[in-house]
Amino acid sequence: GSAMGQQPASVPQFCNSPTMIVMVGLPARGKTYISKKLTRYLNWIGVPTKVFNVGQYRREAVKTYKNFEFFKPDNEEAMRIRKACASAALKDVSAYFTKEHGQVAVFDATNTTRERRAIIISFAKERGYKVFFVESICEDPEIIAENIKQVKFGSPDYVDRDIDEAMEDFIQRIECYRANYMSIDDEKDRKLSYIKIFDVGSRYLVNRVQDHIQSRIVYYLMNIHVTPRSIYLSRHGESELNLSGRIGGDAGLSSRGQKYANALATFMRGQTIKDLKVWTSHMKRTIQTAEALGVQYEQWKALNEIDAGVCEEMTYEEIQENFPEEFALRDQDKYRYRYPKGESYEDLVHRLEPVIMELERQENVLVICHQAVMRCLLAYFLDKPADELPYLRCPLHTVLKLTPVAYGCKVESFFLNIEAVNTHRERPVNVNINRNPEEALHTVPDHI
Amino acid sequence: MLDNEEFLLDNAPRELTQNPLRKIWMPCKNGMPAVHIAQRRVCMTNCPTLIVLVGLPARGKTYISKKLTRYLNWIGVPTKEFNVGQYRRECLKIYKSFEFFRPDNEEGLKIRRQCAMAALNDVRQYLSVEGGQVAVFDATNTTRERRGTIVKFAEQNGFKVFFVESVCEDPDVIAQNIVQVKLGSPDYIHTNTEEAIEDFMKRIKCYESSYQPLDEVLDRDLSYIKIMDVGRRYLVNRVLDHIQSRIVYYLMNIHITPRSIYLCRHGESDLNIKGRIGGDSGLSARGKEFASRLRKFIQDQNIKDLKVWTSQMKRTIQTAECLGVPYEQWKSLNEIDAGVCEEMMYEEIQEHYPLEFALRDQDKYRYRYPKGESYEDLVQRLEPVIMELERQENVLVICHQAVMRCLLAYFLDKTADELPYLKCSLHSVLKLTPMAYGCKVESVCLGVEAVNTHRNRPEVGIAGTKQWPRLFPKPTGSVTLDSFMWMSHKKKKKAENILRISVFIRRN
Repeated sequence: GSAMGQQPASVPQFCNSPTMIVMVGLPARGKTYISKKLTRYLNWIGVPTKVFNVGQYRREAVKTYKNFEFFKPDNEEAMRIRKACASAALKDVSAYFTKEHGQVAVFDATNTTRERRAIIISFAKERGYKVFFVESICEDPEIIAENIKQVKFGSPDYVDRDIDEAMEDFIQRIECYRANYMSIDDEKDRKLSYIKIFDVGSRYLVNRVQDHIQSRIVYYLMNIHVTPRSIYLSRHGESELNLSGRIGGDAGLSSRGQKYANALATFMRGQTIKDLKVWTSHMKRTIQTAEALGVQYEQWKALNEIDAGVCEEMTYEEIQENFPEEFALRDQDKYRYRYPKGESYEDLVHRLEPVIMELERQENVLVICHQAVMRCLLAYFLDKPADELPYLRCPLHTVLKLTPVAYGCKVESFFLNIEAVNTHRERPVNVNINRNPEEALHTVPDHI
Repeated sequence: MLDNEEFLLDNAPRELTQNPLRKIWMPCKNGMPAVHIAQRRVCMTNCPTLIVLVGLPARGKTYISKKLTRYLNWIGVPTKEFNVGQYRRECLKIYKSFEFFRPDNEEGLKIRRQCAMAALNDVRQYLSVEGGQVAVFDATNTTRERRGTIVKFAEQNGFKVFFVESVCEDPDVIAQNIVQVKLGSPDYIHTNTEEAIEDFMKRIKCYESSYQPLDEVLDRDLSYIKIMDVGRRYLVNRVLDHIQSRIVYYLMNIHITPRSIYLCRHGESDLNIKGRIGGDSGLSARGKEFASRLRKFIQDQNIKDLKVWTSQMKRTIQTAECLGVPYEQWKSLNEIDAGVCEEMMYEEIQEHYPLEFALRDQDKYRYRYPKGESYEDLVQRLEPVIMELERQENVLVICHQAVMRCLLAYFLDKTADELPYLKCSLHSVLKLTPMAYGCKVESVCLGVEAVNTHRNRPEVGIAGTKQWPRLFPKPTGSVTLDSFMWMSHKKKKKAENILRISVFIRRN
C-alpha cells in the first residue's frame, strides 16, 4: 500500500505524532505575534495548525478585566481561574488533534513557571504528542514599549482605558509574572526540545530538534524579523496572450501592458522606498515589466506561472472543448487539481516556499509575478485557506502593498489606471462532469 | 528615488532576447546581450563570505568544512576550503610529535602563524581574484587573538565573517573521531595505533589551556554558530544574510549517526524500451522483475527503519509497490522535464530540434529544454530532498536518471561539468555510506537486463569549449558559439540545416 495508508499526498508527510508548540515568555515579548505568524506559515505549507491563546479563554471566563491585580501571584481566586483556563485550552488541543485532524497546536500563554511547563509536558506525554518550546527573551525597554503600543492598547482588556493608564497597568502586569519567571534552564531542561529567541532574533539557542517539522519551524523563526517594511505584489503588464484569453505561455507585453510597466515605474518612484529589491519570474512578460523600472532585478524560476501542462496557451473555451472532464474536475477542487503534465495550486505553494522564506528575510521588495502565483503569495500574507486561495482577486495592472501591522497585514490596492482584460474566472455553479458547455463557460471573462 | 539607479535610464524599453541555451530572457543591444546582473535565482552574496571554523582538534571541524563546501558548491555557490594543517604539512615535511604544538614552542608557533597567513593569502586570492564566493578557513582558531587577526583581515578585504565553532566534551565522540580520521592522517602514517592515539591526545592538550571559546558577551557582535555535542544544541548569533541563514539551516540538519542511502532508478519502463525520454509510462516485464529482485535485495540488507521515497511518476511508484512497504511520493523527485522533447527519441530530437540537440551537448548542465528544465533547475528543486536526506537515516530513493545524477553528484562531490554524464544505469542500486570525510559507494547489479539509456559526452570539439565546428565555408570563417547565439533568424535557419547533417555524423 502507499504512504501511511492515507490518501497519497502530493507533498511528503511531515509528522507522525501531533506536535505542541509551547510559547514561553513574559507579557509583551511577542509570543502571540510568533504564534499567529507561525500558525499562518504552517497552514500555508499544508500542515494543519491552530493557535490556542489562553488569554482568550481567560477573557471568556472573566467577562470584564479590571486591572493588573488579577495577575498578582497571591490572588488565589484568580489563580484558580487561570489554571482552569489553561486546562480548558489543553482539552481543546486534545480535541483538535483527535477529532479535527490537526497536526500542530500552538499553545500561546506565558508558561513562565517550571510547574506549568511540567503540567504541559506530562499532558503531552500521556497522549503521545511531541512538545517543542519557543521562549522569547527580551529586556530592551524600547522594544517592549513598542510592543505594548502596537498590540496591547487595542486589546479588549484596555479598550475603554486611556493610553497612559493602560501602559501603567500593563507594566504592573508584567511585574506580576517577573518574580516567578523561570526561564528554560539549559542544564535542568537539557532533555527538552526548544528554541530560545533573544532580543527579537539577534541570538538563538536551539536544543534537541527532534524531527522535520521542528527543524522547519526553527528555520522559519530564525528568518522572520520585525523591522518595518512593505511588500509590493503585482502581476506583469497585460500580455498578448491575456488579450486573446489564452492561459500560460511566454508572450510579451501588449501595448497597454507596456504602459502599465511605465506607470508602475512612476508609482514605485513615488513610493520613495529605501533599498527596494525587485523580483521577477523567468517569463518574458514579468521581465519586460521590470525592465521599465530601470533598476536591478532578480529572476526567480520559482515565480513562474502555474504550468497548465497540456492546456498551455489554450482559451477556456478550447479547454472545455478538448478536456471537458478536466475542466470540471478543476472547478471541483481548484486548489488540488493538477493539469495533465502540469501543476496544481498545491504544487505552486510547495515551489513558492523558498520565495516566502526569502521574503521574510528581506525588507522592501516588489514581486512582479503571475495570477496564480500572486494568489498563493497573497494567501500566505493574508492567511487565506486553501479553498479561497484559487479565487483571490488579483487583477492586472493593480499593485498590492502589504505592510505588516500588529498581528496581521495591512493591504492597500492601487489600480494604476491602465485598462486591461479581466482574467478572473469565478467558480461556476455547476461543477459536474456532465454539465453542458454553457454552464462550464458561464464565468469565463471576455476576450478577443 | 529608488536606489540602484546604476542603469542607463533609456526612454525606450530594452529589447529582450532569450539565451538559446539556458532559455533565460536577457536585455540585449544590437543583437548582443547587454551587461545584465540578474541571476537565475536569489543572489546569494554581495560580498564574499569567510567561514571560520573554531574548536579543539578532533571536534569535527574538517568534517564540517568539507561537507559544507560540498553542499555549497552543489547548490551553485563557488566555495573552497583552506585547511591550515595541510599548509603546515607542506612546510614541515615530517611530523615528529605533539611537541610541535606545545604553546611554548617558539619555532613551532612561528611556523604555524606563517601557515595561517599563507592560507589567508590564498583565501584572498580565491575570493577577490578567482571569483570564489565562500572560503572555509579550517583551523583550530582557538584564541581570541587569532580570531581577531582574521576579522581584521576580512574587514580589510571586504569579506563577511561567519564563525562555526564545534564544542564537544564527550570522550566517546572524540575517540571515534580520532580513530576514523586521525589515524589515517599523513601525520601518523608511520606510527602504530596506540602511539598515535597517545600523541594525538597530548596534541589536544596543547590547545586546551589557551582555548577561548566564542563568548556570548565578549563576542556578541560577531556572527557565529556554536555547535554543541555534535548537534544536540546550537547557539546562533547575528545571522547577517541569506547565505549565512542557509548555512545555519544546513549545519542544523546534518548528523553523524551511521546509516546508508540507497539510490536506484525505477525499473525499466515501456518508454525506455522504445528509446523515448520522459513521459509517464509503466514498467516493462523486465522492470517488474527488477522490482521484485529489489524487494529481495532490500530484505536481505536487513535495514533498520528504512524509509522509501519515490517520485510521482508511475514507474517509480510501481517499483516501490513491489517492495510491500510504506513509501512517500515526492513531486520534487520527478524526472527532468524535457518540455517540447518529452517522449521523443534522440533521433527525433535531432530531426526536429537539431539546434537544441547541439546546444544540449554544448553545456548539458545549464541547457534548458524549451518549456522544460535544465540540470541546474533540477538541482534547485532537489535541494529540499537533499536537506531531508541529511536529516534522515536509512533511506531508499527510487528515482530517475537525471535526478539520480544530481543526487549522486551531491554525495560524491562531482562538479557541474561531470554531473550530467554520471553513469546511473537501470537495474542497479548504489549504496552510499558516509565514511571519514566522504562517502563509500557500493554498486549492486541485480542481474536483470535492461536497455542502456546513457549517452556519453560527445567528442567532436564541442563540450566545454566555445568553438563551433566549421558551419560555414570560408571566407566567413568559423563561428564562435557566442556570435552564433545572437545571429539573425535567417542565418540560424541556415545553420540548423547544416547542423542536421554534421551533428548526425557525430551522434552516438
